[in-house]
Amino acid sequence: MINPAKRFTVPQRALHWLMAACILAMLFIGVGMVSTVTPAYVPLVATHKTLGIAILLLALIRLAVRLRSGAPALPADLPAPMKRAAELSHYALYALMIAMPLIGWAMMSTAAYPVVLYGGIRLPAILPQSSTLHALLWDAHAYLAFAFFALILLHIAAALFHALVRRDGVFSAMAPLPSRGESAPAE
Amino acid sequence: MPDSSQPSTQPSIGALALIAVIVAAGAGAFAYTAGWLSPGRLTPARLVNSLAPPGGAVPGHRRNHAKGICFTGVFESNGNGAEFSRAQVFARGRYAALGRFNLGSPDPVAPDAAVRVRGMGLQLSTPDGAVWRTAMIDPPIFAVATPAAFYELQTASHSPDPDAIKRFVAGHPEFMAFADWAKHAPWTASYAQDAFNGLNAFIVVDASDAPRAVRWSLRPQAPVVAVTPDALAKLGPNHLEQEIAARVAQGPQRWTMVLTLADPGDLTADPSKAWPAGRRSVDVGTLVVEQIEAERDGPCRDINFDPTILPDGIRLSDDPFPAARSAAYARSYDLRTAETKHYPYHEQPTAGGRQ
Repeated sequence: MINPAKRFTVPQRALHWLMAACILAMLFIGVGMVSTVTPAYVPLVATHKTLGIAILLLALIRLAVRLRSGAPALPADLPAPMKRAAELSHYALYALMIAMPLIGWAMMSTAAYPVVLYGGIRLPAILPQSSTLHALLWDAHAYLAFAFFALILLHIAAALFHALVRRDGVFSAMAPLPSRGESAPAE
Repeated sequence: MPDSSQPSTQPSIGALALIAVIVAAGAGAFAYTAGWLSPGRLTPARLVNSLAPPGGAVPGHRRNHAKGICFTGVFESNGNGAEFSRAQVFARGRYAALGRFNLGSPDPVAPDAAVRVRGMGLQLSTPDGAVWRTAMIDPPIFAVATPAAFYELQTASHSPDPDAIKRFVAGHPEFMAFADWAKHAPWTASYAQDAFNGLNAFIVVDASDAPRAVRWSLRPQAPVVAVTPDALAKLGPNHLEQEIAARVAQGPQRWTMVLTLADPGDLTADPSKAWPAGRRSVDVGTLVVEQIEAERDGPCRDINFDPTILPDGIRLSDDPFPAARSAAYARSYDLRTAETKHYPYHEQPTAGGRQ
């Protein structure tokens, strides 16, 4: 669905930047916690689980908002391969935002770990205990995390390319505030 | 120069360089956080690798305490612990227990008499949904004061250099108390006669959130009969598992759970130091082991007895070991669950038709 406006709606922009902070924190906590044996390990894991569930909830809300509000059209002069890349990478980002927390939760479930979040919130197991499934889910969680981070770097590079090189209004469509140096092209 | 409001057709080198720098900085920060730029960092992987015997880790098994047997039973809580902790497990009642007797060796077929340290992994579950896991061993103090020292001990004990252990001990005098225990403490010929000590200090909190530092132990109710390691060796390499299975088949076996309460000022960060004698201790209940099952298809096999899995009412203290153990146990669990083909769930018929 194409939104005729030049910019994403306020809730969309708020969700984007809130989730950007959450997901980046999540990926850094993830690689950090599995490489330390210091006392920080325990609060990092607890934060990882809690933030993961928060991201899952935010991603579902965001998907609903996106389906309702749509997105501004990409510039007409954007080369077709770049348009296609933009579309595909956004499908992948949404898929990962929703899949990664579910894979993590399922991975904990298959290892018979209690899933306890901050505040003592206890989540039920979503899969039965199974070492075979655990091994599969663990691999998926780890490799998809690296893919997720690579995709985010690509996303940042593309956003900056739009902002600094093409200056075509794509960046300002999601920018937290309208910026004077980057007015939309039709204005 | 194109007007800045027009899409530029001439990419500026400066802008492209800035993008490259930002992306590289992001990737670099990620690599640093992951430890890829810090080969000296003590990671769970390095800690677990340090446990491997000279021939390499045995795939499919726990990376330490690899030889073990499962048990199930109940914890009969007498309610005495409720004064200190609001965890339901300390309220008077009977709660499901699941555990594993084990030998402190990375070799799943180590002969019993070759392994000095024995352990018990225990999980207690209460109707409120809380789970408490603990992994205890039979010495009354831990061998070293810090996780880094534990890593050095493993490295030294696997070193071909005959002086490595001497150098380690010189740098870690706390090891002597453990060495003394290893040399002089009596051996037994039954898991039922062994005491299992949590060693790490935890904080228990009551309903008003008042914190108390504690350590816990399971003391055997069976009379202790000392044996020499030679006598144990003569009973066979797997005597302990055969004996506990036969003994429990005759009747349940019991251990008293004791909480030892620290006085203010007692050191909680160092499990190599016992608290002074005379600290208040409270019997909080009895572990009743009712059934023994082989590990291969037993209920303890795929349980990680991670000592940071605690009910509300028990918290971590400043003891650095539970976190380090949690990180290392998770690594061991992730490795072995990916290796089940090396330790299949059902006994496979052997090619030669042995037996």
